[in-house]
Amino acid sequence: MQSIVAKDLTKQFGTFTAVNHINFEVEKGEIFGFLGANGAGKTTAIKMMSGLLLPTSGDALIGGYSIRTESKQIKKHIGYMSQRFSLYNDLTVFENMQLFGTVYGIPPKELKQRINNSLEELMLLDKKNSLVASIPLGWKQKLAFATAILHRPEIVFLDEPTSGVDPIVRREFWKLIYQAAAQGITIFVTTHYMDEAEYCHRISIMSDGCLKLIGTPDELKQQMGVNSIEEVFVKFVNR
Amino acid sequence: MPEIDIQHINKRFGKIEALHDINIMVEQGEVFGLVGPDGAGKSTLFNILTTLLLPDSGQVDIMGMDVVKDYLQIRQSIGYLPGVFSLYPDLSVQENLAFFATMYKSSVLDNMSLIKPIWKQLLPFKDRPAGKLSGGMKQKLALCCALIHKPKILFLDEPTTGVDPVSRKEFWDILKDIQHKNVTVVVSTPYMDEATRCDRIALIQNGNIIKIDTPNNIISNFRGHLYTVKMDDIFGLMQLMNQFELTCNYYPYGEHFHIAFYDEVEKALPAFERFLQDHGRQYGEIKPITPNIEDCFIELMQMS
Repeated sequence: MQSIVAKDLTKQFGTFTAVNHINFEVEKGEIFGFLGANGAGKTTAIKMMSGLLLPTSGDALIGGYSIRTESKQIKKHIGYMSQRFSLYNDLTVFENMQLFGTVYGIPPKELKQRINNSLEELMLLDKKNSLVASIPLGWKQKLAFATAILHRPEIVFLDEPTSGVDPIVRREFWKLIYQAAAQGITIFVTTHYMDEAEYCHRISIMSDGCLKLIGTPDELKQQMGVNSIEEVFVKFVNR
Repeated sequence: MPEIDIQHINKRFGKIEALHDINIMVEQGEVFGLVGPDGAGKSTLFNILTTLLLPDSGQVDIMGMDVVKDYLQIRQSIGYLPGVFSLYPDLSVQENLAFFATMYKSSVLDNMSLIKPIWKQLLPFKDRPAGKLSGGMKQKLALCCALIHKPKILFLDEPTTGVDPVSRKEFWDILKDIQHKNVTVVVSTPYMDEATRCDRIALIQNGNIIKIDTPNNIISNFRGHLYTVKMDDIFGLMQLMNQFELTCNYYPYGEHFHIAFYDEVEKALPAFERFLQDHGRQYGEIKPITPNIEDCFIELMQMS
């Protein structure tokens, strides 16, 4: 089953084509890496897929819903986490999760249960009533991820979730990604860490608005005749 | 005399101890790196070094001048590229550069030689408002503005964060050029792989320096015996590893699994191989490797 189907997805701003007829499919439960140089069109593509920006032409089905006509439905079925920390610093850990859970319409009793389970998994139960401002950055990122999947979305979009995070927490974060994928949540993730690209089931590389390469990390390395995704990326952007 | 002499610097913000007893000496002409994750205290230290923030205690001399008493003279002779974009977004590229040159009573023409290679790349956009440049171009303009008064020391706070690998490499090539023009460079980064581009680095975590040395020395002081093995489902193996009894440190590293043994390798290696077989894992050759800075940082973090 496909979670994401992009068909000739295109966005123009004036005469500038930010996203140029991109086509790809992402399977349910897949970890899909979305790479590209700064300004390649990644953020524009993610905004369209999350129903925040209408395409100029083409369409994408997100969990079966069209971004052209059903963006309201899409928002209920996706989670989103940005590179900039997106929780409220002056609310507690619990209040933040409660706020987002309520916005997504999770019934109060059920919500309380889910928050407790989630905090227990993250080993953050003792921080439940601490202000988010007071907890270390690495934990905040893990908390933001747990909050983004609290309503059990079909797909979660992660935009550079590990930017600036220490090497140990980065790996813990990927452990959470794997757990979520194992539960059937589709992961759509961007990163500038090339070792993280290797953790994805499949990756794609965007350049100048076009989706130029797509495949498993091994396939892309073979195709370009190199040993690492870093080399694939460098070779590709400098081509 | 060191170019920068930092002695016993402490700084707190309320309950948070941002910097704890920091001691660093930077020599003239060095590229010195502060390497550590967000929240480690890098920006706080930069703000103290650039005379924008007072330390709670301790002493910093920049070219023999005191950061507290002689801040006005220090500001004349340093350049600073802050972590957040701090140019005027509605002035054009050219206007921003002229503005900073004038502020320092310098002129764009006098110091063009220092910025020429970078400025060439900006020329096609010289009339564009700075706020409308791409991320990489903004950084290049900010670098020109920080260099236009020909500073003796250049401070760069995370100039490559969120920048793609190709643009990052370009930026470091530019820094090396600047070093060759006899400017001391102090730069911070959360990317461990960039550490090897520095002459010396300080690894910083939670307000503490955990190591200061050349990248090569840090690598040769790695304590464990590091091995790498390629396999599928590394995160699945991670779940099992708590059943492996020997002293070791392990983590995914791209498509590889890294494991550092702290017991006798002659025993640990076969034990690990048996462990993999007992759990029915498919795996490639288990090879010894030289650690990189990220491996070292992980080891030092686990020990501290």
